[in-house]
Amino acid sequence: MTTILADLNYWVTVFLLVGGLYIVVAHGNMIKKLVGLSIFQTSVYLLFISPGKVLGGTAPIIAEGFDVYSNPLPHVLILTAIVVGVATIALGLALVVRIHKSYGTIEEDELHDLESDA
Amino acid sequence: MVITVVGIIRAHNLFAVVMLGGVYSFLMATVMVILDAVDVSMTEAAVGAGMSTVLLLAVLHLTQTREAPLRHTPAIPLIVCLLTGGALVYGTLDLPPFGEANAPQNQHVAPYYIENAEHETGSPNIVTAVLASYRGYDTLGEVTVIFTAGIGVLILLASGLRPRRRKNVDSEQDPKDNAA
Amino acid sequence: MMRDTIILRVVTKLLLPVILIFALYVQFHGDYGPGGGFQAGVAAAAAIILYGMVFGIPAAQHVISKSVVQIMIPLGVLIFAGTGVAGLLLGENYLNYSPFGSHSEAGQHLGILIVEAGVFITVASTMLAIFYGFGGLADEADAAAAEKSEESEE
Repeated sequence: MTTILADLNYWVTVFLLVGGLYIVVAHGNMIKKLVGLSIFQTSVYLLFISPGKVLGGTAPIIAEGFDVYSNPLPHVLILTAIVVGVATIALGLALVVRIHKSYGTIEEDELHDLESDA
Repeated sequence: MVITVVGIIRAHNLFAVVMLGGVYSFLMATVMVILDAVDVSMTEAAVGAGMSTVLLLAVLHLTQTREAPLRHTPAIPLIVCLLTGGALVYGTLDLPPFGEANAPQNQHVAPYYIENAEHETGSPNIVTAVLASYRGYDTLGEVTVIFTAGIGVLILLASGLRPRRRKNVDSEQDPKDNAA
Repeated sequence: MMRDTIILRVVTKLLLPVILIFALYVQFHGDYGPGGGFQAGVAAAAAIILYGMVFGIPAAQHVISKSVVQIMIPLGVLIFAGTGVAGLLLGENYLNYSPFGSHSEAGQHLGILIVEAGVFITVASTMLAIFYGFGGLADEADAAAAEKSEESEE
């Protein structure tokens, strides 16, 4: 029982990761693919942050009366990753808009049809 | 959170997908607070739930709001994903349990930061100290990535928006898309 | 968009200064509490984006014009990188802020503030630039649609 609870955070992470991967691989709509990609990304955030938590610890801001702090390093890495993540998503969305302008669709299958017709 | 992801996978209306994405980001921000990562939580709430939702809505406004049904059965992706998930779960068995102070990742450089950050940088918030000072190179790189992405978006959106080849598909589509 | 709703307009005007001050608080209090350049940048950009969504993008571009945004994006990166070079010139390693102050702690503190300011400028202006890009396109599409519907009415 304790092992199940101890690894629960990793299993949630794995589920989110697999869910995001499934959306990216199986769905043809590009906006949905990007949402899936961001879910995939968030699962990685969770993977980094959750091992850094120390039970009984507090947030890593030095203050009187606290001795145990959670690990600050993953927080730093993920903080920057989130902002970079939204910038890359925006880049992807810009590509989607361009594709829509040029081909009139954002479905992968329909794009394939257009290519094979041409 | 898990339920939201299932909802995102199943929803075909892209509006619903985007809104569920926002809900998911807020839930993730809450989880981050519980995990003591207040800085991360703040960023996730502002960026994930705020910025990306606005951007996705703008793009929905520009394109279409419904997803076409799948043409092929999703059997192969499903198998691939399940295999990946299985391998990852098997991998978690070797990881240290949750909340352990003696786990390797909490014994490497973190104790040094926690002990020395305040009197070496004068900043009680260790996250800020590490972000700007100890790991300045990292942050410089990240800022450069944001810079590059911003330039990329500007180039993609600004250069000649005239459609290059219009097939007969999109001429009927525009009015109802803009109804949103 | 929603330019005609009076409640939205009034509430937006009330909220704008609060959001901007909160952004500055997050920026400069980042040493002591949660916060820093990344969060503050996004919050400040969100204030302008809210303004743009309610009052229209031209109004927002009247506040901060596109060209200013485009100058600010590289400016932030240059501040960050320039801080590193300044440390180099003062005889330390790249991105070591110790020589800026009378003693190493004060120098580090000052360096962190400058670097965070660089991060703030780049993040806020990049978010704004992205919003202007997409929002401008949406307005164009709106105008095209309006023209089309007028034509069909005739």
